[in-house]
Amino acid sequence: MKVSELSSAEFSERLAGDGIRLAAGPFNCRLQSGVPEIAGELSRLYAHHPLIDDTQFVDFHVGIQPGHGVRRWLRPQARFIVDSIEPFTPLPRDQSLPMLEWGLNWCITAYSQHILVIHAASVARGNRAAILPAPPGSGKSTLCAALVNRGWRLLSDELTLIRLDTGELMGLARPVSLKNASIDIIRNYAPDAFLTQPVLDTTKGTVALMAPTQASVEAVDTPTRAAWMVLPRYQAGSDARLTPMGNGAAFMQLADNAMNYHILGARGFEAVGRTVDQCRNFSFEYSRLDDAIAVFEQLAGDET
Amino acid sequence: MNHLLAALRDPQSVLQLSPSQWDLLIRQTRHANLLGRLYERLCAAGLEADIPQRPRNHLQSGAIMATQQQYSIRREARLLRDALAPYEIPLILLKGAAYVAGKLPAAQGRLFADIDILVPHERLDAAESALMLTGWQSSVTDAYDQRYYRRWMHELPAMRHIFRGTTLDVHHTILPPTARLKPDARLLIEASVEIPDLPGVRTLALEDLILHSASHLFHEGEPDNLLRDLTDLDLLLQHLGRDDTAWDALLARAGRLQLSGPLGLALRYTESLLNTPIPARIGKQVGNDTTGSAGQRLLDLLYSRMLRPQHPSTADRLTPLARKALYIRAHWLRMPPLLLAYHLAHKAIFPPKLEELPPMDEKKAA
Repeated sequence: MKVSELSSAEFSERLAGDGIRLAAGPFNCRLQSGVPEIAGELSRLYAHHPLIDDTQFVDFHVGIQPGHGVRRWLRPQARFIVDSIEPFTPLPRDQSLPMLEWGLNWCITAYSQHILVIHAASVARGNRAAILPAPPGSGKSTLCAALVNRGWRLLSDELTLIRLDTGELMGLARPVSLKNASIDIIRNYAPDAFLTQPVLDTTKGTVALMAPTQASVEAVDTPTRAAWMVLPRYQAGSDARLTPMGNGAAFMQLADNAMNYHILGARGFEAVGRTVDQCRNFSFEYSRLDDAIAVFEQLAGDET
Repeated sequence: MNHLLAALRDPQSVLQLSPSQWDLLIRQTRHANLLGRLYERLCAAGLEADIPQRPRNHLQSGAIMATQQQYSIRREARLLRDALAPYEIPLILLKGAAYVAGKLPAAQGRLFADIDILVPHERLDAAESALMLTGWQSSVTDAYDQRYYRRWMHELPAMRHIFRGTTLDVHHTILPPTARLKPDARLLIEASVEIPDLPGVRTLALEDLILHSASHLFHEGEPDNLLRDLTDLDLLLQHLGRDDTAWDALLARAGRLQLSGPLGLALRYTESLLNTPIPARIGKQVGNDTTGSAGQRLLDLLYSRMLRPQHPSTADRLTPLARKALYIRAHWLRMPPLLLAYHLAHKAIFPPKLEELPPMDEKKAA
């Protein structure tokens, strides 16, 4: 059974009660909320995710609750809670939905040392994936959202997960977080995609979440290997241009962006090294999304 | 249902767990800071292949985190040794850092918040200067707290390294000088032992590590780590128990250091909760075989609640009360009534600032 098969009343009732139990790639999550107004958008964002029953193991028990005391009404707040622990300061209540997503990302990075977790987007064609590591502002999420709306499968827009044993990528197919100008760009580029209402004045500016495509969610468990590592950089007015990157530089890019490289020690070193060896590595400058997509199509076509 | 205690007592019992019971076990274990240790224990019992994939991911994550911390502890130990050596101050590690440096079984899967060291009282000032010169800074800024630590406590206010972020507790003895029990730190220092593969790095002797662990647990342990500390004691006692005569030496040592009380509680609760094998004659000597006095029964009532994972699923109606009662007991044991009244009055009039939670981290919560 999928989330979209719940009526909106059922969804809201579960969300406020025991929680929505769903599978996001390798992680089972239980989402609860004492902030009812996020139900509508949340159910659209996770519409295609499979529900799991309450006899299953849950990796992350997370929830959003209203602020304590007067902060329920006066400049209302939302708190993120993972299994009765509150790891962060509260945020304004209208940021509840982004907070839930950021909180889930935090759970994955804080609790998962059995895999290499890289701060990078990843998208796939069939069983071959492109990893896009890059600092905020490089246009990584925009490019990722555009690719996903042009036939690429979303693995993740923020956290790329690499298995330490097989070196395969694990997809999450969770919502894509779009910031500032990229919100309107993607709205125009993919009018059919579901985007939440923009949330203003977060620490990252204005944020809207885009639902993953149905195909991405349905194929999330397909075994996938990294085939390309592309370091994107948005450069206004530039032509789309791929520049091959040496293995050493590519290694440093991945290691720098790995959240738990320092914790994994030798295993992290091996996982990064293996990924770099099996990928063609590039830096990529672009400004127009259509041109960028064409470059990726060519990459995918080169090796089929 | 306390799945964690069941799994620690009898690792084979995890074979019967359903997925949702595994779920609860992992949550309880995370709250008790014991993921890594439980993993090591299940592996040692030959059960690694029987742990289902999802719970195994969480247990393994805890173990990997612990392994990484052990590398950094050994590195910090070498750096601390080098910082103190020019002033001829010995580096004596306590608690977790000592287990790791000495490669004791009690290091298994253990996570750390800080490193604890012991310095002779008369060298405390010199040690503090030496540490400040190598980048360690006092983390307490409040004047009252600074004075409170320096006058009444057995340790300096916690220090933090400006670059590495490691936290360091510098002790000059193992209980506050104001406490009812007064173990003599000189005896501890005299008996300390050098680590073979870390020249210049010392730890307390095994008996003293046990007695320190016990006095810490039953005097000032943080509620969230009490069960973790009890599993430390379980592993330390099992290690000691390789030599049957060591038990009598332990009791004698406890008498000499005025720590028979905490040791008695340690033996009582490791045996009753974790099935730690303790020879009958030793158990008899410390009264493990009796229900004990009314006071002992009250402590049993309190500790049976606090020596659990501090997770909602293992709490009952008395848990909040037990938490408060043990907090008061800890302070009562730590200082005489008048000083306690003065300290509590000051804290009531000038309440400490609530510890701020970190904001959502830009990179981590990306």
